[in-house]
Amino acid sequence: MSLMNEELVLMYRKMLTIRAFEEEASELFWKGEILGLLHVSIGEEAVPVGACTNLLPEDHITSTHRGHGDIIGKGADPKYMFAELYGKKTGYCKGRGGSMHIADYSLGIIGANGIVGAGIPISTGSALAQKMLGTRNVTVCFFGDGASNQGTFHESLNLAAIWKLPVIFVCKNNQYGMWTSASYAVSVRDVSERAKGYGIPGVTVDGNDVTAVYEAVHEAVERARNGDGPSLIECKTYRWHGHMEGEEAYGWVYRSPEEAEEWKKRCPILRLEKELLSRGILTEAQVKEIREEAKNEIEEAVKFAEESPLPEPEDAVADLFAGGEE
Amino acid sequence: MRKITYIQAVNEAFREEMRRDPKVFIMGEEVKVGVLGQTEGLFEEFGEEKVRNTPISEQGFVGAGIGAAGSGMRPIVDFMFGNFMYVAMDQLANQAAKLRYMSGGQVNFPMVFYTTTGDMGSTAAQHSDHPVAPFVNMPLLKIVLPSTPYDAKGLLKSAIRDDNPIIFFEEVTLGGIKGDVPEEEYLISIGKGDIKRSGKDVTVVAVGCMAPQALSAAEKLQKEGISVEVADPRTIVPLDKEIILNSVKKTGRLVICEDAPRLCSFASEVSATISEDGFSYLKAPIKRVTREHVPLPFSSPMTEFVLPNESKIIDAIKEALRYENKTR
Repeated sequence: MSLMNEELVLMYRKMLTIRAFEEEASELFWKGEILGLLHVSIGEEAVPVGACTNLLPEDHITSTHRGHGDIIGKGADPKYMFAELYGKKTGYCKGRGGSMHIADYSLGIIGANGIVGAGIPISTGSALAQKMLGTRNVTVCFFGDGASNQGTFHESLNLAAIWKLPVIFVCKNNQYGMWTSASYAVSVRDVSERAKGYGIPGVTVDGNDVTAVYEAVHEAVERARNGDGPSLIECKTYRWHGHMEGEEAYGWVYRSPEEAEEWKKRCPILRLEKELLSRGILTEAQVKEIREEAKNEIEEAVKFAEESPLPEPEDAVADLFAGGEE
Repeated sequence: MRKITYIQAVNEAFREEMRRDPKVFIMGEEVKVGVLGQTEGLFEEFGEEKVRNTPISEQGFVGAGIGAAGSGMRPIVDFMFGNFMYVAMDQLANQAAKLRYMSGGQVNFPMVFYTTTGDMGSTAAQHSDHPVAPFVNMPLLKIVLPSTPYDAKGLLKSAIRDDNPIIFFEEVTLGGIKGDVPEEEYLISIGKGDIKRSGKDVTVVAVGCMAPQALSAAEKLQKEGISVEVADPRTIVPLDKEIILNSVKKTGRLVICEDAPRLCSFASEVSATISEDGFSYLKAPIKRVTREHVPLPFSSPMTEFVLPNESKIIDAIKEALRYENKTR
């Protein structure tokens, strides 16, 4: 079960891609290059990478409004993601979805979602299909501490438990649902305690420790593949940026700069980097090279998006139904 | 031809389609039993994997149906009562109706939302709605509301085979009525209306439980020398506009009947459509026969006052016929 060195390096590389994607997206938002609502996941990269390293291409994930990291974790190409953020025809959803709605069914990414908690029953249904079709595929459902207060969370954990579905509920507890602290809004200290109410395993791990996330999800995936049903894994992490880019305009201070600084010291990427260096898995030069690679990948992706064509206006009313009829 | 009830016709459609395609399954509250008999015998034949009782948990099982449809299955999600759809509104409105479109058409959601609708008798306001109009206002959800056993079977089979999410409203008050249904297999195209009775003086568009009442009204008016054409669109979305326009072109007068509150109803939509596209055919203002715009009360005198019925249809037809446009 312990990770090979190459796997650790791949995880490091992927976390860097997510970080670079999110930093670039934020910058483009402030420059006015991309429109709409933008929620970035800087600081939370270890969760999707640790979780998705356990998955096969045919496994499924669902994600949230803050989903870029999950989607990259499952193998999406930043090129088509940026194209979607730019509203271009080459985007994953041909410009119909935008940042909160990226999907790539061919990679098992069955959708991010703009409604908090709405992906949870959908992931449960995806797992139901896997079970009924007799595959050994699993579904990982990403959601936040805020979603754990939604009815969909409770209904879905119950449903998945009574039907023993191969779904892993991965809660990214980034401490805030929008601007409200989880310590106020969630009735228990750890979201994982809620598993007890549904008779399924629930654990809390350090969500900034990619290895810890990997291991917890690994066990849950094994259980699910073996037909032993769902699990709930809470990954405690922190959202470095606000709920949404541009929220500073409200002037609402809901957390202290000290708190954020404290969490930044526990950066999940630097933590893994340090380990890779201290164990001699990577040299300083290799680290520099990998960081450069990730940066270049994102630059290329943005270039692709910028150069891509916008959709035609009439594309809005084309391809409305399966089977082509309108 | 053999006669069976509306509910038996629905039951046959479920059974035949589940036999034909192993990916079709049904889930919902008490589907093992089927509160009105619509799923009777299915559990015995297909087992509990395919006839899947759910907890009373609408958001959970509706979302699960959507996830299963997007992952290779063809679920039928049974709500038991139309009003219970409101409990799962996000999953219907934001998810089922939009996910294919929002994904750029990457994936289809072949599924049927099946529900009983209407007032089965003093059920009061939380078990008696026909929640048609709210879903008409959500683009890309197909909606079916058949009024005969023949239509119910043919449309339900087509709905199950369709690759889009479809809401199928079963009329509770028509569940026990019998009608001709052939033994051999047939399908009815989604989006195709039917002239239930030909006439020349006035067009009555009637859906669901209003169709038999409109036919009965037409029968009575025939004796008074009034010739009524009854058009049943059968599918609400997409609407067979042509069948209505052609009929109004012939009669010049239109009465629309729907068992639903009046404002922003399906009847309103048909009225607007014909006003826009068939204005020159009209010899009189369009009339709507609907419920009063209140929740359905429990006690019979009030219920009868609120619900549309045959005599209200007759009044509306006569009013449409009395009208003379003196400015023309």
